[in-house]
Amino acid sequence: MPFSNTHNQMKLKFSAEAEYPDLSKHNNHMAKVLTPAMYERLRSKQTPSGFTLDDVIQTGVDNPGHPFIMTVGCVAGDEETYEVFKELLDPIIQDRHGGYKPTDKHKTDLNPNNLKGGDDLDPNYVLSSRVRTGRSIRGFCLPPHCSRGERRAIEKLSVEALGALDGDLKGKYYALKNMTDAEQQQLIDDHFLFDKPVSPLLLASGMARDWPDARGIWHNDNKTFLVWVNEEDHLRVISMQKGGNMREVFTRFCTGLTKIEELFKNKGHAFMWNEHLGYVLTCPSNLGTGLRGGVHVKLPNLSKHAKFEEVLKRLRLQKRGTGGVDTAAVGGVFDISNADRLGFSEVELVQMVVDGVKLLIEMEKRLEKGQSIDDLIPAQK
Amino acid sequence: MPFGNTHNNFKLNYKSEEEFPDLSKHNNHMAKVLTKEMYAKLRDKQTPTGYTLDDVIQTGVDNPGHPFIMTVGCVAGDEESYEVFKDLLDPVISDRHGGYKPTDKHKTDLNWQNLKGGDDLDPNYVLSSRVRTGRSIKGYSLPPHNSRGERRAVEKLSVEALNSLDGEFKGKYYPLKSMTDAEQEQLIADHFLFDKPVSPLLLAAGMARDWPDARGIWHNDNKTFLVWVNEEDHLRVISMQKGGNMKEVFKRFCVGLQKIEEIFKKHNHGFMWNEHLGYILTCPSNLGTGLRGGVHVKLPKLSQHPKFEEILTRLRLQKRGTGGVDTASVGGVFDISNSDRLGSSEVDQVQCVVDGVKLMVEMEKKLEKGESIDSMIPAQK
Repeated sequence: MPFSNTHNQMKLKFSAEAEYPDLSKHNNHMAKVLTPAMYERLRSKQTPSGFTLDDVIQTGVDNPGHPFIMTVGCVAGDEETYEVFKELLDPIIQDRHGGYKPTDKHKTDLNPNNLKGGDDLDPNYVLSSRVRTGRSIRGFCLPPHCSRGERRAIEKLSVEALGALDGDLKGKYYALKNMTDAEQQQLIDDHFLFDKPVSPLLLASGMARDWPDARGIWHNDNKTFLVWVNEEDHLRVISMQKGGNMREVFTRFCTGLTKIEELFKNKGHAFMWNEHLGYVLTCPSNLGTGLRGGVHVKLPNLSKHAKFEEVLKRLRLQKRGTGGVDTAAVGGVFDISNADRLGFSEVELVQMVVDGVKLLIEMEKRLEKGQSIDDLIPAQK
Repeated sequence: MPFGNTHNNFKLNYKSEEEFPDLSKHNNHMAKVLTKEMYAKLRDKQTPTGYTLDDVIQTGVDNPGHPFIMTVGCVAGDEESYEVFKDLLDPVISDRHGGYKPTDKHKTDLNWQNLKGGDDLDPNYVLSSRVRTGRSIKGYSLPPHNSRGERRAVEKLSVEALNSLDGEFKGKYYPLKSMTDAEQEQLIADHFLFDKPVSPLLLAAGMARDWPDARGIWHNDNKTFLVWVNEEDHLRVISMQKGGNMKEVFKRFCVGLQKIEEIFKKHNHGFMWNEHLGYILTCPSNLGTGLRGGVHVKLPKLSQHPKFEEILTRLRLQKRGTGGVDTASVGGVFDISNSDRLGSSEVDQVQCVVDGVKLMVEMEKKLEKGESIDSMIPAQK
């Protein structure tokens, strides 16, 4: 290592116990895994861009636990974080991603023809359908760590690449710093725009630095295909529309994403990917496909059923409020999406959503009629 | 410099213009002073603990402006910040502290007997009196930058020192992490405890990391003398009581503070101080005396008078709401305190408060009787 990290070196003057965080009130993946002995082994290390163990874990130290969901409690600052700090991150990945081992391989499948069905979810129940993923651009640091220069370079590259899209993907970029408050609020209400950073999880990891510099949203004229630039990841790619035609959403998603990858490659920039972790993103929870596919669906009766959580679990699905992560359900409408990210392909995950939501609606209809759903309870997928 | 700063050196791969923050919408002291040329000149520097220019300015970049008060927009990470980044901080200090020059000397006067009067502010108007200052312990990084090990060492040292106080100063330490929510709420309501960090100014500077580890409050049995440990500064020392006897408050302040300094010196840890900047604190606005002496005073009529702001300026006073900085006044009750910190002594500043508040109470009484206050408007102090 040609350079050392001044601040990190200075901390080494204090013993490992003196620096080890107090995790006694904590409930997140990092706190479950990080022992004092592990802290001692890893604390003198840094990635080539200077990201250290304390940088990785700061968000988990500052945020002991989340009411709705078990948080990860650590982030990557660059691609190498997952290698330099694998001793910490491998067990977290394993715990978070259903036992995924350090030797496992992840498969990518972005062929929408491999999806069965998905074009006929009942629009009386399914209000909207959406698929999102993230992508990181190799050679740049990730949002917790990147400098303004890096972030702007990512923005410039992304805007050039997206500007070359055509047909029904043709669109325009809206830099956050030029948006009026009214425009921004409208886009948030339409579920198009990302939140102004208020979540303590995001803030503590440093992703909101220099806001709103080099952040923006690109979308096509129909507003069915969107790209967020420099929020929690370099890029978030989103396909969405009203109603229950998940097949159409997923097809547009795959087509658009594949075109974007080509455009970036033509500019000499690959996405961060490896055969073990799939697509590399800021939060370890988004490794693999980085894919969250879901619907907003009316389940007022089913959501009150004693077995609702169990059913979701067996279907490998999760629920959120309609404002996204960190929100509660309103009026019996839930955001239902795949729970997995790593170890399954994109097609497999969207298949689970399609099949699972179909079943949940059947159950809702039964309960409306006052009938039992016991025979419909699925086995664990 | 024996070590490099990996992350900072990595950023040097980008041009200065690419890294220079967008300050076009900003209104704080840092934004007024930091030019592209200055940024280019300072960006490759670091203090011995690894604090860099971007660290200094991050809070000012993330917080463009404050509705009630012109914010400083930069912080120190250690004592050396004020030397290494003097090109930036000297003009900020000069602008903030009434033209204070890099060659000026600051005087310290903690002899309470030099205060004239101050024991007879009308308790029908003056509800409470308070004097606070901050102290930094030499040899440790400051709150935006310090590690958990450093913060805990500061806490340990402080608790040892404070526990040796006796007489009217005998008291007890309450670490934040052991306090119940109820205890904490009560202490906040009594104006004794510092806020849970929600201010974006504090959060962006990194002072809230690892909260509430190694933070706490020490107070004497009477609750008239308090020390905050590891909030915005290593120590905040506060003397306060109901009513208008500012002389008594200031006496206790000076006596207690000097006892504390003695004990710290015996432990071989002086306070950060130099003859140019006085006491060194995290925020450049608190250099010099670090002293804010003030009262909660009822001025419902005077505060509505068109000349209220002008009078305050001439008396070298400032107003805040009764929740402290970042709050609005409630029911015509204002927090009135000295504006100056650097370039005048502790006695000078408390004298301004005593004389100024006396005059404003007289003005309030005149306005109550429907009389004019034109003859009482003071000259600029």
